Amino acid sequence: MSLLEIKDLKITFGGLDALSGLNFHIDEGEIVSVIGPNGAGKTTFFNAISGLVAPTEGDIEFEGESILGLDPSTVTSLGIARTFQNVRLFPNMTVLENVMVAQHCRTKELIYGALFQTKAFRKEESEIRERAIEILGFFGNRLIGYRLDQPAFMLSYANRRRLEIARAMGTQPRLLLLDEPVAGMNPIETTELTNLIGRLRSEWGFTIVMIEHDMKVVRDVSDRVVVLDHGVPIAQGSYDEVSTDPNVIEAYLGRPVEAKA
Amino acid sequence: MSTMTATMPSSALDQDWRRVLRWGLICGGVLIALCLVGMPVELDRRELIERYLSLGYVSVLMIPILIGRIAATQVVLEGVESRKQGLYDLVTGLAVGILGGVSLSVLIVALDSWNLRDPLVNWSPKLFRFLTYENGIGFGLMAWIVTCGLLGMMGAASHVVPAMVRRVSGIVVLSLLGISVLEGAIEDLSEGFRLEWLTDLLYAKKGGLTLTSAILAGAAIAVVAVLTSGRVKALTTSYREKEGADRQKASIILFVVVAVLVIVLPIFLGKIMNELLANVGLFLLLALGLNIVVGLAGLLDLGYVAFFAVGGYTTAVLTSPNSPFFAPEMHFGFALIFVVIFAIVVGLVIGAPVIRMRGDYLAIVTLGFGEIIRLLFLSDWLGPYFGGAQGITNIPGVDLGFATVKGTDPRSVFYLVLFFCAIAIYVSWRLQASRLGRSWMAIREDEQVAETMGINTVNSKLMAFVVGAVMAAFSGAVLAAKVGSIFPTSFMILISIIILVVVIVGGMGNIAGVMVGSFVLIGVLGGPKQPGLLQEFQNFKLLIYGMLLVFMMLKRPEGLVPSARRSRELHQDEFLQDAWLKGDKPGTDDDDGETVGDDGGEEE
Repeated sequence: MSLLEIKDLKITFGGLDALSGLNFHIDEGEIVSVIGPNGAGKTTFFNAISGLVAPTEGDIEFEGESILGLDPSTVTSLGIARTFQNVRLFPNMTVLENVMVAQHCRTKELIYGALFQTKAFRKEESEIRERAIEILGFFGNRLIGYRLDQPAFMLSYANRRRLEIARAMGTQPRLLLLDEPVAGMNPIETTELTNLIGRLRSEWGFTIVMIEHDMKVVRDVSDRVVVLDHGVPIAQGSYDEVSTDPNVIEAYLGRPVEAKA
Repeated sequence: MSTMTATMPSSALDQDWRRVLRWGLICGGVLIALCLVGMPVELDRRELIERYLSLGYVSVLMIPILIGRIAATQVVLEGVESRKQGLYDLVTGLAVGILGGVSLSVLIVALDSWNLRDPLVNWSPKLFRFLTYENGIGFGLMAWIVTCGLLGMMGAASHVVPAMVRRVSGIVVLSLLGISVLEGAIEDLSEGFRLEWLTDLLYAKKGGLTLTSAILAGAAIAVVAVLTSGRVKALTTSYREKEGADRQKASIILFVVVAVLVIVLPIFLGKIMNELLANVGLFLLLALGLNIVVGLAGLLDLGYVAFFAVGGYTTAVLTSPNSPFFAPEMHFGFALIFVVIFAIVVGLVIGAPVIRMRGDYLAIVTLGFGEIIRLLFLSDWLGPYFGGAQGITNIPGVDLGFATVKGTDPRSVFYLVLFFCAIAIYVSWRLQASRLGRSWMAIREDEQVAETMGINTVNSKLMAFVVGAVMAAFSGAVLAAKVGSIFPTSFMILISIIILVVVIVGGMGNIAGVMVGSFVLIGVLGGPKQPGLLQEFQNFKLLIYGMLLVFMMLKRPEGLVPSARRSRELHQDEFLQDAWLKGDKPGTDDDDGETVGDDGGEEE
């Protein structure tokens, strides 16, 4: 059984088909890239999975169960976490708090525990903190040390992207949706993050779906590539297959001049 | 007059006249507005220095000083050579003051020539007499122009004289003003300490300092000011610069000192002061609750008074023998259990439908609910149960076995309120640093992302709503026991707004800030119906509230005692700059020397 199954997904915004007829599945442990020109419907696809947009038709199944109509928070608690294309951290919370707060759906202490500082409460708090530090430690010394207590808005751009991934990891997902994780990074940072994405699977066991424009990253990490154009999937397969597919070349570069006539 | 000469004037008369004109007109406008609002005439009755100076005159005379000072303020730019302040600024101040005086003269002449009493209530012969000092119009005109000019110059002079002189004279003037304005409070305090002889010496029989006592006290304060020069500042900066454990230690010491003062002081205070403190406590309790809702969870609730009403009415119905329909005459302690239950229920009932709305919509809907609750209590429909406009009277005090807390003994009320405030402070403090508190912060930052990160925002927000509701209901319960009667008019929309102002002015999201806010606004200025330390300003309270709010929004939007998080949020740019400057210095950066631009080092 596949981890995520997309069936005939169609999303319409006021007559415009943002996505139509999308069919595919993601197996446990895969890294799948979703590529396509701007406006192809990639982010809409992520929004549909994470519950921010309701599909017009079709179904999304996670571990065999439909997740249509669930709140975003419920989807996250089932084990799907995401990052945002335009980094959306909690800018005035510290780096540590950003990751701590992401563990909300995996923890349960409420008012009583906090007021009476029960043993369970203190244990859970220290676990949340330790796990957050462990997750942040995954990014080397970039996000730990004195940065733990810095507000997120103080971070450099690349670090903000890293922190977004760390925050998504904080929700302890099985499926991680990364929306353009290396956008705006320089080549060295990109290489580094590409390695990290590989390690996210090998060390943390996440299944990863990634939207990416950087073809080098796509080639280096993905097992499979899905190409969207104008909301329609035009190709699926390994990077080599997809990159030579005439439809894909057309979508990115346009039709050859002779064909026009 | 060009900008070049304005920055580097060749002579004192080479002023930037447009700027002078602008400030002069502002000065005149403020003076005229103040007169037409009626503040000087009303406050003229209150003498500060017997026979020589009344609060009314002070309220007018301080304007040219303040505006003269502002007008002569020089913007200092780093890296640009600034001119030395001197005669040039004195001329600026003088000109601004004179312009203000001229505006007042125009008002005097207008007062004499026309009668505009119909739209302007304070356009009265009284104002005319006040402005001319009962010495004829010619004297009035001359006197105001000259005095305003001189005072404007004095204000400007504060930039010119040495820092020491400025400090000492500032302290002397402000403390004399404080001593004379707070006469009632000081007399009350000195009675508690058996120091009546001191106040008898200080104040004249009919009120106000005597001239000799003013001079003597001024001299004494000046000596103290000279002696303590620099110490206070050193103390506060050393507190500010402390970090981590040291800061925590200092904060704990500060907290203990304040706590001991708050517990011990009321024993020595008289009725009036205790009453005032009890009112501060009631509003503090409300403000602490609203702080959770607005400050932590970011839900702008303008109908907060509804929960205050629920607490009050629940207590009234359950404890008063006069409750019209159902009067179990419970003990206050038992009633509290029901207060909590009803607060939670009403919190959920109001919260559940409105909580899904965001921002402005939430504010407007809660505003509506706040009024609905009040109107329900007022309505004929619920009249048989809650007494309608007659309210519920004869609510007994709180019988504690060894003492009874009731309105006639404000000290006991204060201690009761203190008890609830302590609980509220503890709850706020603990919740802030908990899983729930973090989820509130996240929701305040970005609700959609919070939702996507697995936070059930509806539940979290409802929780904030309910915790805030319970605190407000406690406050209502104490109010009922204190006043002994409850009417729908006790729960006007104004209370919601004033509490919001308390939270904003004090410092949203910060417990200490809320405490300071409620003391400054409720204690010093007074609540909607409760007198504060400045009882004289009773009639102008809302005006002052409004001015204070505008001023704070412009100059210090994070509040008097801001939470670190909020001031960072409102001053992100400056904060980043500071961090950059700090990080730029060698030896302070501890790893890869990265500041704003990123590094690109290898993964270790």
